Amino acid sequence: MDLQSTETNNTLIITVNEARIDASAAIRFKDSMRALTESGPAKAVLDLSQVTFVDSSGLGAIVASMKQLRSGQQLDLAGLTPDVAKVFRLTRMDSVFVIHDSIESMTRQAAG
Amino acid sequence: MAHRFSLSETATESGVRRLLSKGRARLVAAHVPASWLGTIELVWAEALNNIAEHAYAGLEPGKVHIDVAIEEFGVSARIRDRGRPLPGLEVPVAQLPESACPVESLPEGGFGWFLINDLCESVIYQRQNGENQLSLIIHPKEHTA
Repeated sequence: MDLQSTETNNTLIITVNEARIDASAAIRFKDSMRALTESGPAKAVLDLSQVTFVDSSGLGAIVASMKQLRSGQQLDLAGLTPDVAKVFRLTRMDSVFVIHDSIESMTRQAAG
Repeated sequence: MAHRFSLSETATESGVRRLLSKGRARLVAAHVPASWLGTIELVWAEALNNIAEHAYAGLEPGKVHIDVAIEEFGVSARIRDRGRPLPGLEVPVAQLPESACPVESLPEGGFGWFLINDLCESVIYQRQNGENQLSLIIHPKEHTA
């Protein structure tokens, strides 16, 4: 799974460089997320702005990525495209995550 | 008159991806509104994933077929496979998994049939001559944004 991570202001930003988190990507996604979050900052944000499709397996893998965090660690989401936002809304998983409009709006808020 | 097309693939994860990609291209070519595509692809993905993961679980993956009719108000699809029947020969009761709970108890699955039932106007399952037939009618206008 093509995930890219950068650390700014004590926040780990993980960018998904693929268009789909679906059944065939779910396990690779979860494993890559574990590798990226098992050390490093207590706050991580998953940038989904390039992801246009998430199915229930992909949704489950994103939830699993939060459940496998270290104690006290946090995972937010950012940049949900319309169809992805809809899956979170229909399943009420939008109430489980802190969701930012974009990485830019989140860092601007933190700076302001 | 409805525009119709049919597609087939092997019911594996990569086969499902190919089928969804071809299906989306056919919908676009038939001028289905762009705002419908996400809902249609999600419903088909959930139904096809169920077949790859459950109907053919432990079996040699067989074929899955989809017969699509595009109408003015929506899209109907009949999905057929020769895997195991649905338990109880019926569409599973699909309640939304509980989300108001501690992080460690959050659901990681169980959303598939909920999404299918929630997004479809009609969901009908039949087992005939060793074949699973799932008919899904989507009226996407009721579900845009």
